[in-house]
Amino acid sequence: MPKKSKVKLLWLQAITCNGNTHSFLNHPDLFSILSHFEVVHHPTLESVYTMQDVIAGTVPCDLLILEGSFIQSGFLKGGVEVSQLIETYAKRAKYIVSVGTCATFGGIFKQKDPENISGFAFDLEEKTSRYKMYATKLISLPGCPIHPKWLSYVLLMIANKNKIAIDTLHRPVELYGYTVHTGCTRNEYFEWKIDAKNFGLKEGCLFYEQGCQGPYTRGSCNKILWNDTSSKTRVGTPCFGCTEPTFPQKSLFRTKTNMGIPAKMPLGVPRRAYLTLTGVVKSFKIKRFSEKLMEYDR
Amino acid sequence: MKIAEKKALKRESIIQTALQLFSTNGFHKTTIPDIATKLQMSVGNLYNYFSSKDILAQEIIKYTSEALGEKIRMVNMSEATAEDKIHQIVTIYFTMAEEKPEMIEYFLRVYLSNREVFSDGCEGMVCVSGFITEIMIFFDDCVASEELRNQDFFSAFGLFMGYLGGMVFLKGEHVLPKEIAFYIDDISRNIYNALKA
Repeated sequence: MPKKSKVKLLWLQAITCNGNTHSFLNHPDLFSILSHFEVVHHPTLESVYTMQDVIAGTVPCDLLILEGSFIQSGFLKGGVEVSQLIETYAKRAKYIVSVGTCATFGGIFKQKDPENISGFAFDLEEKTSRYKMYATKLISLPGCPIHPKWLSYVLLMIANKNKIAIDTLHRPVELYGYTVHTGCTRNEYFEWKIDAKNFGLKEGCLFYEQGCQGPYTRGSCNKILWNDTSSKTRVGTPCFGCTEPTFPQKSLFRTKTNMGIPAKMPLGVPRRAYLTLTGVVKSFKIKRFSEKLMEYDR
Repeated sequence: MKIAEKKALKRESIIQTALQLFSTNGFHKTTIPDIATKLQMSVGNLYNYFSSKDILAQEIIKYTSEALGEKIRMVNMSEATAEDKIHQIVTIYFTMAEEKPEMIEYFLRVYLSNREVFSDGCEGMVCVSGFITEIMIFFDDCVASEELRNQDFFSAFGLFMGYLGGMVFLKGEHVLPKEIAFYIDDISRNIYNALKA
């Protein structure tokens, strides 16, 4: 029986902090997942080809993973524009996966030069000039950083030749069809509009005062837990909306309100509907929600 | 006309008649037989629509709140400035106090004065959310457009609605020397000056 040829995986970095590389290294089954691929080049893992080979343009590539923000000119590796390198391999690849918000929408590094720095196929939510050429093979995995299991989901789907359902920004719906709010352990407090009075408390919802963007941020952080253990919101830190095209925003630890009303509504919820419910729910005081969840010093 | 439509019309006529009687004669002095007599219907039939006087009272406050909220909703959906919207809301409130005084009187003299009637079923804002929601949207829009100063909702709400309620109360007590419409411009300006950014 002929040996099945593995998908050739090339991981290229543009303007990046390496956050997604590092996050993926935390995957508990990293090598098992990578065993389905031939890693032709990766910035930190042992690879078949060197960066010099990559720059020479001679490396085979089926799956191109892009990390970092994109700039057309002025960012070089080995004397070659990284944008050219990316385009060389993007043409060759059967799949292009942008990992992280920088590679997908522009992200943190876009702040340095908003006019010229963007994601590879999207500039915030707008399609870049490259989009049309690569749209059929494009998968977006925004996040700062991405969860390692979001990438392993995509990799294993590709390795098994399964179709990945995506939304209009090319995000897999299995991962981004939810909001970060989904699965948050504070959901009862959200329903009854009980504020968290500070960070790190187990009680209260972080949406009303503490800046949580979970109700309008797409992502699986409370479904696929970080380190298989927890999430930002579960431990009492607001969601920063890091998967969204608008990331990063300012004042991440404070909810912008207009006369006490959150300036941004939960995803798809009309303001009139939200405020009607809020007015009703706030009229009731539920004793359980005013108490500590657990006391250790009794 | 279908039976359901007939019933809805009857229900509304009961609400309007009861609203009139409660506002004029007081909640406790008005009985279910009084309302039934005025409507020329039997007491038993009236109970088919509302199982108790308290339930009827609660439905009336929802009805008046929705009616007022509907008018403010129109203001919210317009492109007017905050100053203009305040003027429109004051006008709506005082016009209603003039043309349908029972609507506002009911709120002031029945709803606020007989809290025990509303304590089970109309807690907090439950029965007035139709009105409160639109006021919230008004404040939210005007702060977002940076026309009004951002502050706690209730400090702004109290200033606005407390002022209007107080004036209508004075009107009801017949102590205002002029027609209530006379005060619309000055009061609108006062509210805007107090709340502007």
